Amino acid sequence: MSIRVTDSCIGCELCINKCPFDAIKMESGKAIILENCTLCGACVEVCPVNSIEINKSINNDINLDEYKNIWVFAEQRDGEINQVVYELIGEGIKLSQKLNEELCVVLIGSDVKHKAEELAQYDVEKVYLLDNEKFKNYNDEIYTTAMTEMIEKHKPSIILLGATAMGRSLGPRVSARVETGLTADCTELDIDVEKRILLQTRPAFGGNIMATIVCENHRPQMATVRPGVMQSPSKLSHRKGKIIIEDFVINNLEIKTRLIEIVKEIEDKVKIEEAEIIVSGGRGVGSGEEFSMLKELAHVLGGAVGASRAAVDSGWISYNHQVGQTGKTVSPKIYIACGISGAIQHLVGMKSSDIIIAINKDSNAPIFNYSTYGLVGDLHEIIPMLIKELKQGKSFPEAATAVD
Amino acid sequence: MDYFLTEKQQIIRDLCHRISQEKIKPVVQEYDESGEFPWEIMDILAKSDIFRVFIPEKYDGLGGGIFEMSLATEELSRVCSGIALGFAATGLGSMPILLFGNESQKQKYMTKVADGTIAAFALTEAEAGSDASNMKTTAEKDGDYYVLNGVKQWITNGGVADIYTVIAMTDKNKGSRGATAFIVEKGTPGFSFGVKENKMGIRASTTMELIFENCRIHKDQVLARPGMGYIVALKTLDRTRPGVGAQAVGIAQGAIDVCLKYSREREQFGQPISNFQAIRHMLADMSMQTEAARALVYAAARMIDSGAKDISKESAMCKCFAGDVAMKVTTDAVQIFGGYGYMKDYPVEKMMRDAKITQIYEGTNQIQRDVIASNLWKK
Amino acid sequence: MNIVVCIKQVPDTTDVKIDRNTNTLIRSGVKSIINPYDTHAIELGLQIREKLGGKVVVISMGPPQVIDSLKEAVSMGVDDVILLSDRAFAGADTLATSYTLAEAIKSIGNVDLVICGKQAIDGDTAQVGPGIAEHLNTPHTTYVNELCNINSANITVKRMIEGGYEKVEMDLPALITVVKEVNEVRFPSIRGILRSREIDVPIWTSKDLNIDFTKIGLDGSPTQVVSVSTPQINTQTEIFTGNAKEQVHKLLEALNEQKIF
Repeated sequence: MSIRVTDSCIGCELCINKCPFDAIKMESGKAIILENCTLCGACVEVCPVNSIEINKSINNDINLDEYKNIWVFAEQRDGEINQVVYELIGEGIKLSQKLNEELCVVLIGSDVKHKAEELAQYDVEKVYLLDNEKFKNYNDEIYTTAMTEMIEKHKPSIILLGATAMGRSLGPRVSARVETGLTADCTELDIDVEKRILLQTRPAFGGNIMATIVCENHRPQMATVRPGVMQSPSKLSHRKGKIIIEDFVINNLEIKTRLIEIVKEIEDKVKIEEAEIIVSGGRGVGSGEEFSMLKELAHVLGGAVGASRAAVDSGWISYNHQVGQTGKTVSPKIYIACGISGAIQHLVGMKSSDIIIAINKDSNAPIFNYSTYGLVGDLHEIIPMLIKELKQGKSFPEAATAVD
Repeated sequence: MDYFLTEKQQIIRDLCHRISQEKIKPVVQEYDESGEFPWEIMDILAKSDIFRVFIPEKYDGLGGGIFEMSLATEELSRVCSGIALGFAATGLGSMPILLFGNESQKQKYMTKVADGTIAAFALTEAEAGSDASNMKTTAEKDGDYYVLNGVKQWITNGGVADIYTVIAMTDKNKGSRGATAFIVEKGTPGFSFGVKENKMGIRASTTMELIFENCRIHKDQVLARPGMGYIVALKTLDRTRPGVGAQAVGIAQGAIDVCLKYSREREQFGQPISNFQAIRHMLADMSMQTEAARALVYAAARMIDSGAKDISKESAMCKCFAGDVAMKVTTDAVQIFGGYGYMKDYPVEKMMRDAKITQIYEGTNQIQRDVIASNLWKK
Repeated sequence: MNIVVCIKQVPDTTDVKIDRNTNTLIRSGVKSIINPYDTHAIELGLQIREKLGGKVVVISMGPPQVIDSLKEAVSMGVDDVILLSDRAFAGADTLATSYTLAEAIKSIGNVDLVICGKQAIDGDTAQVGPGIAEHLNTPHTTYVNELCNINSANITVKRMIEGGYEKVEMDLPALITVVKEVNEVRFPSIRGILRSREIDVPIWTSKDLNIDFTKIGLDGSPTQVVSVSTPQINTQTEIFTGNAKEQVHKLLEALNEQKIF
């Protein structure tokens, strides 16, 4: 492993600007790589004369050709399949077509045969069913062992998991055991058709940059995928996948983790991921009391209330409402950002909304760069005005009810 | 202005600043309204070693003195002088032990204060304010014990403190030479608390009556010697007045902080009011006066820490000057905020209420002037 | 109780801005901080030590400037800190990082509990914690928001899951990753800050660890970043003018014209 700058360096300094870690400097007209280089490769890509080289030695003797097919891990709790599984199937279908390989689903649980039947109705080739009482509740150790044994037996090329609490616990454990790569929280997947490898794209640095990651020499290529990003497919009536029952015996596995209880908490009835209109507030709202104004606007519009991290951290509204990098990803028809400056961490969570309306007193707020419409002024004046106009039945609520 | 703080002093100032901004600022209004004692903040200050700053290393302190106590008080007061007083009045309450306590008293009590145990100083009575010699609380000797009777009034940290230094008359006939200082622990039989005062400002600080009814205090709890009580009180106050001065400087600086921000945001006649000469000159004066007060407080504190004996005049000067500056600066701050400044939604009206006490307690500013004047002809 | 807390130094991403002309991160003036979740891990370690006694050791892998973050941990009151720093570690992905940290934890020896933050705010992968546990062959629980009980033999925690939580008991040694709700992080103490200014942070290189060189750094990393891009932005914004009422009217008109719904 090494990074080096060859003599052909022309000292253009492009790499210095590109380096996300400030790890390159110029010395007598040549780029020098500093100690804090993380070998991310950003400089290699930008160099116009190809004078930066990263050499990686491959010490992996696995036969890549043995690994075939795309797997989706079918996360379930209490027999309920997580919504993200359908999204993964939708994405898996596209990938399998590009690779011309099979799409298979792995379902681990107890008494979930009917769910295997249901999953088979999507455009999948096989559903591997691991049905055993010991799988009743999720357990990292048991599920990890089950998945790794499945991998060793069938050798899939790609495994997709939801970037959920479960997927993000199981994924790293499995990948560490089989010593392969895992890319977290992907928002985009594609295939490099030539190399037949998975291109995994995910936000990094709080969404400031998008990084595309590959796992070229290890198999399977594993990725967790952010819920709410991929499209779910529809069921197919004319085609049904095979259900393959895997008799998995949990042998000599000393379990050191014991589930004591699962408690469902009654959340606010905010499903902001599903709302068509979201009225979202940030630091500019000013206080928890003033958030009620946003709630009223959301109510008038039949939408939900969202919030930036600043508002949640200030305790004005609960975490369930948080939109952004560390909150939820939403893509409503209308997103109204009130007193939200538009930090990139927030933008990554809502930028795919159809229409973004920004209300902010600072006309230079970055949010305006991302908005369809911008209102510059005091939201404490604008929002009550908007509520009043809407209540009077003017303009767009009529259009809304007409089409709904 | 650069006051050439040592590394340790910078750490104290910066840490107090961080705690004020992150923990105190969000709860200032809440405590001002409720008048509750801010235990959660005291806990943070204790865990961060703030109570150790003025205590010698021998008693688990950090080896600083009045200057360090003043730095911490100023920085905390910049955000809330009421909350800061929980700390500052502990400095006052424990100072008699630090100055006059014997080794075992210091070992026992100063180590506790270093860990954040709250202390209080009890001198004032209903009829003994500026005229402290007119004290009515008595301590009658009974074998190895003294029996305390009487009521102490307006005692800062009263009720919340665990350690009290109480001045009482052991020999009425001797007048001011008949007073004795005692260390009294909360929970001693015969020691109880009266009403909690409903104050104009520094509302996060607790002010209470201390009631002594045949409260028996062992003679080991006497500070210095019997009859030294008045000396104990005066020497203590001479050393802690810069603390009140620092509190006043903190309040004034806090008012300037918010004014600088507000005057840039508030627009009238199409421009920020910070563009108007009337406002600019007011802020210039406020900054000048506050810096002068700070310089005087720091100089007096450093003089005390140097071991100087004759400190009454300088100590009185810094407290009096800083208190008057705090009152003036906060009044002007309310003026700069205009109508908003008069509303509780903005922080300056509280600062103005808080500032007033610094002209009153630990000796009114009139008494301070008397002290200063009487020292002018001394040589 | 011997506790190891793994921390990462990260840029304070809330400060990160993009230079729209060059499409790169503007890093000058961006502070380096301890990953916020990791500060909660340190706090939990200290709280457990206060209850059960023992030692809290904080380790981190990264370039020499990570010493500043380790000193910050000292100022909060941890007993020891160790920096893993070596060119050979550079370019590590989550697999190689978790392997390296796990080997360091083995070298420390007799560790009962490893605590990590839920994820780092620069990478957001959340993979290193479970990865370390796998390499140590210990159980793990992610997203811990409450420590219910801990004794010399086992630990009981609450783990946040979608729509509620699980209560899980694990045999020690074990690893947990914590979310911010688990506690409130203390301030440093003055004595801690003074100690942190004096302490010499020990640096372990790859030679100090009993390590398989094919599993560390870039060579030990199955994944590799092949391209980096900046998210595209919408540049067509219509900013309304006028007073509040006029702006509201223009907005409603525009939405109406577009037949949004």
